[in-house]
Amino acid sequence: MSNIVISLSNLNKSFGKTQAIDNVSLDFKENEFFAMLGPSGCGKTTLLRTIAGFETPDDGAVVLQGENITALRANRRPINLMFQSYALFPHMTVAKNIAYGLEMEDLSKPEIDERVADILKLTQLQKLAQRRPDQLSGGQRQRVALARALVKKPKVLLLDEPLGALDKKLRGQMQLELKRMQVEAGITFVIVTHDQEEALVMADRIALMKDGKVAQLGSPHELYERPNSRFVADFIGTMNFFDGYISGKKITLHNGLQLTGCNQDLAEGVDKGSMAVRPERISLHSQQPDNVDNCLQGTIVDMAYHGQDMNVHLEMDKKSARILVKISPGEAEAQGLKLGEKVWCAWSAQNARLLAS
Amino acid sequence: MPSFSLSALYMNIHLKLVYVFLYVPIIVLMVLSFNKAGLPTVWSGFSLEWYGKLFENDAILNAAGNTLIVAIISTVLASILGTLLALGVQKAKTNSALDALLFAPMIIPDIVLAIALLSFFTLLEFTLGLHSIILSHVVFNIAFVCAVVRTRLKNFDYSVVEASEDLGASSFTTFRRITLPIIFPGVLAGSLLAFTLSIDEFIIAFFTAGAGASSTTLPMQIYSMIRFGVTPEINAMATIVMMVSFTLVFLSQRINKGITG
Repeated sequence: MSNIVISLSNLNKSFGKTQAIDNVSLDFKENEFFAMLGPSGCGKTTLLRTIAGFETPDDGAVVLQGENITALRANRRPINLMFQSYALFPHMTVAKNIAYGLEMEDLSKPEIDERVADILKLTQLQKLAQRRPDQLSGGQRQRVALARALVKKPKVLLLDEPLGALDKKLRGQMQLELKRMQVEAGITFVIVTHDQEEALVMADRIALMKDGKVAQLGSPHELYERPNSRFVADFIGTMNFFDGYISGKKITLHNGLQLTGCNQDLAEGVDKGSMAVRPERISLHSQQPDNVDNCLQGTIVDMAYHGQDMNVHLEMDKKSARILVKISPGEAEAQGLKLGEKVWCAWSAQNARLLAS
Repeated sequence: MPSFSLSALYMNIHLKLVYVFLYVPIIVLMVLSFNKAGLPTVWSGFSLEWYGKLFENDAILNAAGNTLIVAIISTVLASILGTLLALGVQKAKTNSALDALLFAPMIIPDIVLAIALLSFFTLLEFTLGLHSIILSHVVFNIAFVCAVVRTRLKNFDYSVVEASEDLGASSFTTFRRITLPIIFPGVLAGSLLAFTLSIDEFIIAFFTAGAGASSTTLPMQIYSMIRFGVTPEINAMATIVMMVSFTLVFLSQRINKGITG
């Protein structure tokens, strides 16, 4: 499980003045679902295309199971890419599209037929084998693209925004489907996405990228619970930030209020910063609660019903950013929360991270 | 009746008059090619005689043969070069000045191109003959093929090329099995157009031909015959040439539309 399939070391790539990849080193493990996540223009697609062999890095190396493949062309790499546009061949049937990659390997006709039949079954495309791409729906096309890449049994499958073209409901289904196929195929999937929810649901590990660099690498849980910077905290999920001056585990807000966080891993000499707290980790109280690490009073300025939860927006004072608290609608009703009412927010130190600004 | 329909009526009449103006001379020519009498302008009964005579005329058959040789070879060469040019230009994402230069051979007057080519051949001390006509036709046909193929390439998703390479295909295999089949309707439409243009091209062929019958093409032959007066034989000839051109242009448009639409 911990064997490394692909190792990227000190990759750099620039287009003109833009540094698309800035000294990136990453290892992809065998049989893992890896997500490269980031806003558009962060270099994640360039990185994917470098692994596929469509971009040559300015320097650095791509190593596949100990072999340096940096100079190898895309058609010689045992790595396949599923394109964002799917890039199906419009003049071929589904079966021919899938067989194409096997024909390039000079396999015998019976073997090709057998492997195509197997993958059609795995992807539930048997009935569509003789259709052409323009006779398929978006979800079906996506499955054909996946089948065409998987049938080659690549060491690593790269997926460029695989669910980007699908509608929201289908996307949810396909997330689980992709995960299932990765487990069944037993190969490494490296996916590029700008959708943090997609990455959280599917990936074993996530590399969150910014400006061509890896901002944070870790499991979805680590990125969600222990973001190492304000960028990461802001990008993954929703987050409340309290800005102020940090000393040790304490932060002092502009109004003198002191809050306590849990981490001690800030660099020496950092003083300006913020405390990050997830909206669902804050509880609301009508009286000032005892024995809590952090509490402050605010006025309810907005309440939005989202079905499974209620978003309560509070204002501590005019100068501070609004605080978002997520509680269940049932709880909101039980507490009799009303607009304009003053309530107490409380959260424990272990749910609060201090981050340099 | 509302007033706009009156103006619509005028427009309709105008449109019909334009068609009459464009096509009546051609219809007259076609009708007269079936005229029994030797006079080209007086009707004296239906006959296929002149079509028969046409196929007994060695000079015309020779010229028709030359025209076919020129048209076929220049079309094949222009189709290959024009398609490659279109692919290259598409990939290179040229600026608009280079784009305009590509269209130049289509736009500049034939007579200018003809004189330019003749001067060029003379400068190089290149021999004139059927081969120089072929080369000259290739020059303007490349531009036409390239233009038609490029309209197809506008909708071409380049990622299929990368997908093919990603699946293990060499550049050549990718071209043969992916790129060419996808753009083929455009190539075919372009080459039909090139063939048509080559068949009835007169000015450039006239300037770049060598001496004697060995490099006389059909339009040149018609021109030399017409100097002794228009005969129904020429009408018959013109009718055939026109039908061939018309059919090819029609086919070319149908093919190119078929896939885009």
